[in-house]
Amino acid sequence: MGSTNSTLSKIPNVEELVQETGFTPAHIVRLYDRFEALDKEKTGHLRPQDFGAINRLAINPIGDRIIGAFFSPGQETVDFHSFVRILAHFRPADKKRPKDPSMPEPVNSRTSKLKFAFQLYDQDKDGKISRAELLQVLRSMLEMQVTEEQLESIADRTIQEADLDTDDAISFEEFRKSLEKVNIDHKMSIRFLR
Amino acid sequence: MYISHLWEWQCLCCCINLVPLSPPSLPPSLPPSGIIAKELSSLEQEIQELRASGTTLSSEPEFEMADIMYFCRRGMESIVDDEVTKRFSAQELESWNLLTRSNYNARHISLRLSVLWGLGLFIRYGFLLPLRVTLAASGIGLLVVLTTIVGFLPSGWLRTYLSEKIHLMSYRICVRSLTAIITYHNRYCRPTKCICVANHTTPIDVIILANDGCYSMVGQIHGGLIGVVQRAMVKSSPHIWFERSEVKDRHLVAKRLSNHVADKTKHPILIFPEGTCINNTSVMMFKKGSFEIGCTVYPVAIKYDPRFGDAFWNSSKFGMVNYLLRMMSSWAVVCSVWYLPPMSREEGEDAVQFANRVKAAIATQGGLVDLLWDGGLKRGKVKNTFKEEQQKLYSKVIYWIGSLKVISITMNYSETM
Repeated sequence: MGSTNSTLSKIPNVEELVQETGFTPAHIVRLYDRFEALDKEKTGHLRPQDFGAINRLAINPIGDRIIGAFFSPGQETVDFHSFVRILAHFRPADKKRPKDPSMPEPVNSRTSKLKFAFQLYDQDKDGKISRAELLQVLRSMLEMQVTEEQLESIADRTIQEADLDTDDAISFEEFRKSLEKVNIDHKMSIRFLR
Repeated sequence: MYISHLWEWQCLCCCINLVPLSPPSLPPSLPPSGIIAKELSSLEQEIQELRASGTTLSSEPEFEMADIMYFCRRGMESIVDDEVTKRFSAQELESWNLLTRSNYNARHISLRLSVLWGLGLFIRYGFLLPLRVTLAASGIGLLVVLTTIVGFLPSGWLRTYLSEKIHLMSYRICVRSLTAIITYHNRYCRPTKCICVANHTTPIDVIILANDGCYSMVGQIHGGLIGVVQRAMVKSSPHIWFERSEVKDRHLVAKRLSNHVADKTKHPILIFPEGTCINNTSVMMFKKGSFEIGCTVYPVAIKYDPRFGDAFWNSSKFGMVNYLLRMMSSWAVVCSVWYLPPMSREEGEDAVQFANRVKAAIATQGGLVDLLWDGGLKRGKVKNTFKEEQQKLYSKVIYWIGSLKVISITMNYSETM
């Protein structure tokens, strides 16, 4: 643990990160220390095993999916920049930011957070949550606690409620519609204390 | 022991002007703050909040697509900051105590502060450190020489008496060498037999407790200076040292401990059941070995005040010598020791439950967080049973919400009739 300035100078392209993600330099330093603490072999990258070492994540029913969200398809390691970019989804939304249609969607907006949650379901990234994908999520959240038939009936009911164009899958728009009453910003945000 | 008192008095005079004699009262125990705000609401509360306001008539589990967000957020929180990993590094302070080592965001604030810090540095390294190192050296030297001499005496009351006095005197000198200001609470509960358990933050814990009473230590025989001290100590009073090969044999360990405990004339055994040093903000899982012996257990809670110097030994970061130098160049080691009333295993309680009960008592008294996790987990994998518990809880919640909806709908229906 060194001073902020010495750690900041170790991180390449800090300015770019600050712009992109909206984290303050102090938060980026904390995330960097955390990244280094997780990277036990000091390779400069994180692998799925490094995430697996976190106890609370290992007992999380969807822990594997969360870890998978950090890795782009085909990639086996994640560097610090990608690490911060994914975590930036969970920054609380900036209330004062004016809605500027010409600027790209900020990474912590309501839509981006919804997309993140959608991708946790949609593992094959085809833009739709199929019945099989929904069943997989239900299985990981409930496993031994309910029977296979109950799982299937839950999946059927959920699709029935959400699926408006009756294609037996849930698109992103339908997903967004079914969650319109949920306070996404509150539920999908992590606030830094200092 | 006139000479020892004279020595102590001289040292005390040196230290008296620098450190307040009455220890400042420890601040009320605050929950250890993390770097992110953790919602304290439970799984049940959060899943309920995620429910949209629609009603469906079914007694089946009420699943919503938004439920995944709860688990997702908890997962991300643990990636950014988890309870266990941070216990193995030093606690962060709210306000700075002029030691760069405890300042996380060290940066230049003002000239006045830097001057103060420089002055503090000079006092600590130029004045306090040499004084303390001399004291420590003489303390250890006296211990080794005197215990060896007493070891030549035949066993009897004289030998026991002398050995006690020598041990107490040496530990007192060592305590002064660290400038440890210790407050002992509830001394009437001080262990005089059987087993004494305490939470473990640093090897100095031993010196702090042994300053107030005689204990038998348990541990592995080391080489080097520590080995010399260990061998000398065991000549005059019964300590339990194991060879490296014997440590793995749990049966042998248990047998030696029981034999020692059965002998009423021997001192209480001092054991640290966590097995490793934790950073004094929490208590981790106790190993059940010492609770299986079937003896009364005297719990002791030790809490260090981090404002004067952080006592935690991060064994992966510093070696022993480095650590001791850091300790001796801090302002002081201020701590509180609470002796708790003895506890015994109750009917129908197994060793693990007993261990947890003792752990909870120590955590409550010391104002520490009582954690389920095993200190050894910093190296190992977590069990699947914990994940199953999460799934069980979630399934209960969604069934319960479903059945609640049925009840409310039927009630509405019957009211309108």
